[in-house]
Amino acid sequence: MRSKSAVTLAGVSALALYSSMAVGSKYNLPEPQSIIAQEIYDMHIWLMWICLAIFIGVFGVMFYSILKHRKSLGYKAANFHHSTTVEIIWTVIPCLILVVMALPATKTVIAMKDTSSPDMTIKATGYQWMWGYDYLQGEGEGISFYSKLSTPRAQVENKEPKGENYLLEVDNRVVVPVGKKVRIILTANDVIHAWWVPALGIKQDAIPGFIRDTWFTADTPGIYRGQCAELCGKDHGYMPIVVEVMEAGEYTQWVAAQSGASAVKTSMRSDK
Amino acid sequence: MAAVHGDAHGHGHDDHHPSGIMRWVTTTNHKDIGTMYLWFSFAMFLVGGTLAMGIRAELYQPGIQILQPELFNQFTTLHGLIMVFGAIMPAFVGFANWQVPMMIGAPDMAFARMNNWSFWLLPVAATLLVSSFFVPGGAAAGGWTFYPPLSTQGGLGVDLMIFSVHILGASSIMGSINIITTILNMRAPGMTMMKMPMFVWTWLITAYLLVLVMPVLAGVVTMLLTDRHFGTSFFNAAGGGDPVMFQHIFWFFGHPEVYIMILPSFGIVSEVIPTFSRKPLFGYSSMVYATASIAILSCVVWAHHMFTAGMPTVGQLFFMYATMLIAVPTGVKVFNWTATMWRGSMTFETPMLFAIGFIFLFVIGGFSGVICAIVPIDIQVQDTYYVIAHFHYVLVSGSLFALFAGAYYWIPKWTGRMYNETLGKWHFWLSMFFFNMTFFVQHFLGLAGMPRRIPDYNLQFADFNMISSLGAFGFGLTQLLFLYIMINCIRSGEKAPQMPWDGATTLEWTHLPTPAPYHSFEKPPIVK
Repeated sequence: MRSKSAVTLAGVSALALYSSMAVGSKYNLPEPQSIIAQEIYDMHIWLMWICLAIFIGVFGVMFYSILKHRKSLGYKAANFHHSTTVEIIWTVIPCLILVVMALPATKTVIAMKDTSSPDMTIKATGYQWMWGYDYLQGEGEGISFYSKLSTPRAQVENKEPKGENYLLEVDNRVVVPVGKKVRIILTANDVIHAWWVPALGIKQDAIPGFIRDTWFTADTPGIYRGQCAELCGKDHGYMPIVVEVMEAGEYTQWVAAQSGASAVKTSMRSDK
Repeated sequence: MAAVHGDAHGHGHDDHHPSGIMRWVTTTNHKDIGTMYLWFSFAMFLVGGTLAMGIRAELYQPGIQILQPELFNQFTTLHGLIMVFGAIMPAFVGFANWQVPMMIGAPDMAFARMNNWSFWLLPVAATLLVSSFFVPGGAAAGGWTFYPPLSTQGGLGVDLMIFSVHILGASSIMGSINIITTILNMRAPGMTMMKMPMFVWTWLITAYLLVLVMPVLAGVVTMLLTDRHFGTSFFNAAGGGDPVMFQHIFWFFGHPEVYIMILPSFGIVSEVIPTFSRKPLFGYSSMVYATASIAILSCVVWAHHMFTAGMPTVGQLFFMYATMLIAVPTGVKVFNWTATMWRGSMTFETPMLFAIGFIFLFVIGGFSGVICAIVPIDIQVQDTYYVIAHFHYVLVSGSLFALFAGAYYWIPKWTGRMYNETLGKWHFWLSMFFFNMTFFVQHFLGLAGMPRRIPDYNLQFADFNMISSLGAFGFGLTQLLFLYIMINCIRSGEKAPQMPWDGATTLEWTHLPTPAPYHSFEKPPIVK
């Protein structure tokens, strides 16, 4: 009885240690900041455990065999070469495991694809090599700006020390309010790009001439960074995405500040 | 058996063929052509490997040091194309040329002259591909998948790549028709389909896949060519086309292609494991059915490469389920190999080590494959280093390790000489160590958010990239050891015994002398 509880305790503490190590560490997905990212995170951990169990099972048997069934130990080879029962069993069991894996995934896929009734809509356009954002609907409607890498060239060329957010910082961040469903509409101006913010659990290709959409609801205020995830030419590595999530009040102030500034930017654009 | 040997030696005087370079240019002998395929693919492996060293050298530290971003993209693109089309595929065709006729008791390939041509197209294609580095604008830089519109933007290098792919495709189609015809028509009397060695079975199925999908690749690169030069708009939205259609057509080729590169490895491993376990392959018929199921399923899973391109929910779910299903026949294969080893009488010469290494690492690649098949997780890991780690686990520790296993296994039969066993084991253990050092950490890089195909990265990725680069340099150098072992074996290896592996049961071991004579099985053996 005592040994059993000791085993349980060891198991629980190992699990806790593993989970605490995993969250926010560089060995795992970034700490999830939306419900979808959370589901993805949990699903990944869960599948890793299944894989680990299968791995130990299969290679436990194989390495036992490798250690024991050696010619050098004088082991004589048996001569069996098939068993229909065994073969049926090890076809059916993987099928069942796959069903267990597929069920939660299906639920999440359906949730991810549901871009209906958003609180606000932002269009993101991929350019070689920057992003353009247009706030199409909801609070902040009409705001429009470009967002470019702000890391100085000298850092890339190793002439200056690299900062903490090296290659993951931009001049104009995408600002959204916390807890609101934000629909992102994507397209591109030249080649295919992809809009990816890992902490929010979204990645969607931006395809020239076509519209795609995706959504997120950020759980907590903060700054979340991502990068273009589809090879788009020379500076593919230099078009980051930075999303700043604000409290509702702060966001309203930001929108007010923008309406003056964006008028200037819009006129600059029409000058071109 | 003595009578068979006497017969084979009796034909020794028929070995009249031109000597010097003309022997190789004009040869129609499957062994000569197989040898050329293998040397060609190894040369390409070194070229592709050199490009990989360049990539890893640039990624050794954050910041741009060695390769400017344009050149970096050319390196990644050509590394992929050369390794897939120049190294792995021709190497398997080389094994097919050497082994298929000897394993089914045939004198040669069915179309001996076409065989010569399908080989000699390869150096032409490789020259086009490699020389594209030196044309204005440099080599293609749109990734080995060359998605438009990016690949529409490229210069002359892209056109050279397109022609190169055309020629490689023609070569592959001819090679695979030859293999199919040989296997279906030239088996020794008594060798029914279900008595064929597993290597022959896997190649038969692979060859059908090649005939099915290479024309699709040829079609899609032709469409790209006409988009680039003749004003068509297949992939240009401004003219009514769709860039995503390219991806659908490309991956309809590309996914079966993945299995084209792995099914013959399954075949090699299914020969090596029983030999060194001294026990027949477990579940032969389920192995055949599993291979066929994998091939069929591989044709209906292509869009799992495109989960982030955007498709209807039903589409995502269909491709997710179909992809997951592939784990079942693949699992059956792994279980069958384990059962073959179970209660065998195993020895661990280099071929067996590479075969076990193959199973061990391929299963890890299979697991990460299942993870990638799950749409929501794939949304996170698509186009990151996680995917790079995944497909190097199936292509390097998968295909390449199986090729090494096959090379060590059959080299005594081909040359009549033994390789140096100690060095062979060193080659295995060093490869195993450096491979994992290079690619295991890339799983973490991908999960933490490092995209693929970038020349520079945030400081949080620095330490894993440094480990990965050091591992890659070690892995690259280790492969020079393989070259040394092979040359050493051919030039001055110890004479191989008639039966170097006591557990081998296929025709080339039981019915032919070692080394195999230039012309073998002029009279077919009788298989009971």
